[in-house]
Amino acid sequence: MEQLKTIGRELAMGSQGGFGQSKEFLDLVKSIGEARSKAEEERIVLLEIETLKRRLSEPEIPKRKMKEYIIRLVYVEMLGHDGSFAYIHAVKMTHDDNLLLKRTGYLAVSLFLSDDHDLIILIVNTIQKDLRSDNYLVVCAALNAVCKLINDETVPAVLPQVVDLLAHPKEAVRKKAIMALHRFYQKSPSSVSHLVSNFRKRLCDNDPGVMGATLWPLFDLITIDVNSYKDLVVSFVSILKQVAERRLPKAYDYHQLPAPFIQIRLLKILALLGSGDKQSSESMYMVVSDIFRKSESTSNIGNAVLYECICCVSSIYPNPKLLEQAAQVISRFLKSDSHNLKYMGIDALGRLIKISPEIAEQHQLAVIDCLEDPDDTLKRKTFELLYKMTKSSNVEVIVDRMIDYMISINDNHYKTYIASRCVELAEKFAPSNQWFIQTMNKVFEHAGDLVNVKVAHNLMKLIAEGFGEDDDTADSQLRSSAVESYLRIIGEPKLPSVFLQVICWVLGEYGTADGKYSASYITGKLCDVAEAYSNDESVKAYAVTAIMKIYAFEISAQRKVEILPECQSLVEELSASHSTDLQQRAYELQAVISLDAPAVESIMPLDASCEDIEIDKNLSFLNGYVQEALEKGAQPYIPENERSGVLDVSNFGNQDHHEALTHSLKFEAYDLPKPVVSSRVPPAAVASSTELVPVPEPSYAREIRQPASSPSVSDAGSLELKLRLDGVQKKWGRPTYSSSASPSSNSSSSTSHNTTNGVTQVDSVGTSNSKARDTYDSKRPQVEISQEKQKLASSLFGGSSKTEKRPSSTNHKASKVGSHASEKSQAPKAAVVHTEVNHEPVPDLLDLGDSTSSALSVDPFKQLEGLLDQTDVASNVNHGTAKTPDFMGLYADTSVSGLSSSFGDLLPTNRDEFNLTSELSSATRTAQGGVTQINKGPNPKDALEKDSRVRQMGVTPTRPNPNLFRDLLG
Amino acid sequence: MIRSVMVINTQGKPRLAKFYEFQPAEKQQELIRSVYGVLSSRAENVSNFVDAESIFGPDTRLVYKHFATLYFVFVFDSSENELAMLDLIQVFVETLDKCFKNVCELDVVLNYSKMHTVLDEIIFGGQVLETSSTEVMKAVEEISRLEAASNAISLVPKSVSSWRSR
Repeated sequence: MEQLKTIGRELAMGSQGGFGQSKEFLDLVKSIGEARSKAEEERIVLLEIETLKRRLSEPEIPKRKMKEYIIRLVYVEMLGHDGSFAYIHAVKMTHDDNLLLKRTGYLAVSLFLSDDHDLIILIVNTIQKDLRSDNYLVVCAALNAVCKLINDETVPAVLPQVVDLLAHPKEAVRKKAIMALHRFYQKSPSSVSHLVSNFRKRLCDNDPGVMGATLWPLFDLITIDVNSYKDLVVSFVSILKQVAERRLPKAYDYHQLPAPFIQIRLLKILALLGSGDKQSSESMYMVVSDIFRKSESTSNIGNAVLYECICCVSSIYPNPKLLEQAAQVISRFLKSDSHNLKYMGIDALGRLIKISPEIAEQHQLAVIDCLEDPDDTLKRKTFELLYKMTKSSNVEVIVDRMIDYMISINDNHYKTYIASRCVELAEKFAPSNQWFIQTMNKVFEHAGDLVNVKVAHNLMKLIAEGFGEDDDTADSQLRSSAVESYLRIIGEPKLPSVFLQVICWVLGEYGTADGKYSASYITGKLCDVAEAYSNDESVKAYAVTAIMKIYAFEISAQRKVEILPECQSLVEELSASHSTDLQQRAYELQAVISLDAPAVESIMPLDASCEDIEIDKNLSFLNGYVQEALEKGAQPYIPENERSGVLDVSNFGNQDHHEALTHSLKFEAYDLPKPVVSSRVPPAAVASSTELVPVPEPSYAREIRQPASSPSVSDAGSLELKLRLDGVQKKWGRPTYSSSASPSSNSSSSTSHNTTNGVTQVDSVGTSNSKARDTYDSKRPQVEISQEKQKLASSLFGGSSKTEKRPSSTNHKASKVGSHASEKSQAPKAAVVHTEVNHEPVPDLLDLGDSTSSALSVDPFKQLEGLLDQTDVASNVNHGTAKTPDFMGLYADTSVSGLSSSFGDLLPTNRDEFNLTSELSSATRTAQGGVTQINKGPNPKDALEKDSRVRQMGVTPTRPNPNLFRDLLG
Repeated sequence: MIRSVMVINTQGKPRLAKFYEFQPAEKQQELIRSVYGVLSSRAENVSNFVDAESIFGPDTRLVYKHFATLYFVFVFDSSENELAMLDLIQVFVETLDKCFKNVCELDVVLNYSKMHTVLDEIIFGGQVLETSSTEVMKAVEEISRLEAASNAISLVPKSVSSWRSR
């Protein structure tokens, strides 16, 4: 039966014209498909390669056969086998005049060759010729290959032809030429930088497709340099408006949306251009709000456009109306059953909370659902969101969750990532030292080897320097708690090396500091560690040094030192170690033990790990000794670099030779010029020698070159760090109008890790604000939700103050009407309505046609508002009492002017009024529910239509169509 | 920018692999294997997005769609929109479906070069070229027609001579 099917397929295949394959290829595919094991498949493919090799070496292969071989080779290569023996045949095939063969050749080379392959040089000429061909398909095939095969060396060879194609009569070619130029720009910006104006020019192309294609390169260009494209804002806005108003030909519609991909790209561009630019942003408000309304949320692509709108809104200068619209879309996303939409909702929420942090609280339960979802992608996205909304009131819950998740996964890449996130949050927001140490312990315990060593060093530094600058008792408490926790952990098996190093260091430094543990107890533990991890040299080194410190402290405290037998044997073993480092440490230990108390005290002072060690680089303490020697007739010291200068005087003319000489002799890394100069000053203050021996010119010239090279090296080193910082910046947004203190505390802490104090102080301001917000938001009654989730929600979003919450829940007991879900959605809704009432007492509408003329002097939203929720307004006008609109007006005003930072301060004073508002809104909930129910939810008629459409196409977007793949499903 | 398009069957065999930035053959295999590893472990009713940074490096996302025996996978960077990419997969599959009348895995394998032709009309050098499957079909048909014509021209002398000699 199976075979019959295949034969049927083969017959069908034959009728499909030029694309049919020979029987041999079918056999190959079939046998590979039926291969029982990887090895068998391997054997078949190798056999095939042998066959192809033999065939290709035959003379006079017919072209058709050749094409077949090349396709088979592409297939074989896709399965992971080397087909390089036949690359040359593919290259030859591109020279063929036959379109089919030429296209096959181009396909093969663009799949086979990298852009710096030796064979490329043989193709460039053909490409040049084909780009000038009068057959547009040949041109297209060449353009396609160009994207893949041309690198910065070969760009100049084809650039003129590609630029000429920008004026090609066929729009498909113009479009591809634009894209090819874009590709050139991506690969080597410098080679096409003079052509950038072409992109602007093509933006005005008659064909919308070509115009759309220019948006991609422009997006890249604008990402790099926003300011030189500000003049295009008006054009982009008007294009977007035209697209949204369906001025494009019907052919550009996709699922009944006008050119959604162009819309998305334009929104992305506007987001870049409007960021931090109030004037530009204002010209965008109207069109974005327009798209918010026009994009239907029933289709996938509609949601993609809506999501892009949210991204745009969160990037440009904030506008309260748009934020409101964005918030509505987000809540729709989060309430959706689709995981994809939830994912987008969480992502969008993360973007919006930096502008309006209060929005997160409306969705707390949805967020928690996502956090507990079995879908890893969604979970990680949610952690991303939590990371963004962490503050000191919820850091404990969030980090605990993160650590739990970190323990549960095996993906090292993500484990590293989330561990660094935990560390970062803990450093930034730690509510107490105790908690910080415990958290770090957990992170190290479960992901120790994945954590950056720097983190370990930071931890040691933190413990050594302490958190409070003046408070010594707090520091010593911290240390003893650290010591205690480490003594508890130390016995556990298989601790990561980095963590053990931290443990050893802390025990050595502070193990006996508070007198709770005896020296022999601590040293015993340290010996155990050294023994248990005997093949980890760095752990052993840390352990030995720690033991030495303990003994040194004992000696300087005038206590009698008893060396444990196991310790003795450890030292003996290490002094015979292969590692010189360990040997040296062991001998040092023995030497220190034999010294008396004052000497030990000066070598190993107690708790001095943070003291700066002063180094006298000039060795001035030797001056007297040198002077004495000079008086006795010793030769003055001539530094090494000047000695070569003396040599140089003898063969004065040979400068080049000298330069070569110094070059070959310079082995150490180049320093910055300054220390070199200082090293040239003779240490023993023999000034006369410098005057006598002139500094050789060539070496000086070289010194000058150094600054140019050495910073670039250090740049390369720090590049990664810088890049990562950029990423953080992006996620957190540019330093724009974010209201609360939490973003600002981020930026300050990302600049310096050590100033934990400053950061926590800044943050405490943020918390006081957010707490005020929390109090009213947690007042929403949550009856049907499980106890546990509620608890989690309150700890995540509502701070830890339980006393504040209790009265609020009693407050609302009377108004628990309707289902919880509808209530949640109503609360913000009601707020909208109230604002609207205040803003626009007469809800009569301006027609849309009028508004397209875009009177920028007036706030466009005031014109559009009435369109939004006319029914809601009507039903709610009477609810707006004298007091509430007043407050809401105040609220709206502050956010309009962008001074939302004062919003937080404002709230507590108006809290009573706000209670009133929320009660009012809850009273109207039942009335409103009906209205919105009609507005919301999928229209049954639409759904039916869509279903039938989908059936016609034979493909379902969500689940596999029974028709599709029918023959293979069996 | 779109980095890569892959079609992998449910047994992990690659059916189509296109990388818009060159990857050596071994690396391609490794990437395909790791993608398959992730996809095959995902449950039924979860999102179509996967965190791809551990496989493809920083700033990469992955969207996939599962049709019967095949996974369609698009890998791209943050300059693209996930939902839009999901729809692009849809466009690709719809076009294939129109092209092959109820497309199945065998079609995909046997019409390897046609698959590439279709894909090249949708994605060009890593950028979205066309999103309407009708337009793509038009372009692909035009190519087939001209290719056939080009073939016919080269075959004419031969057939004419053979016809004459008869």
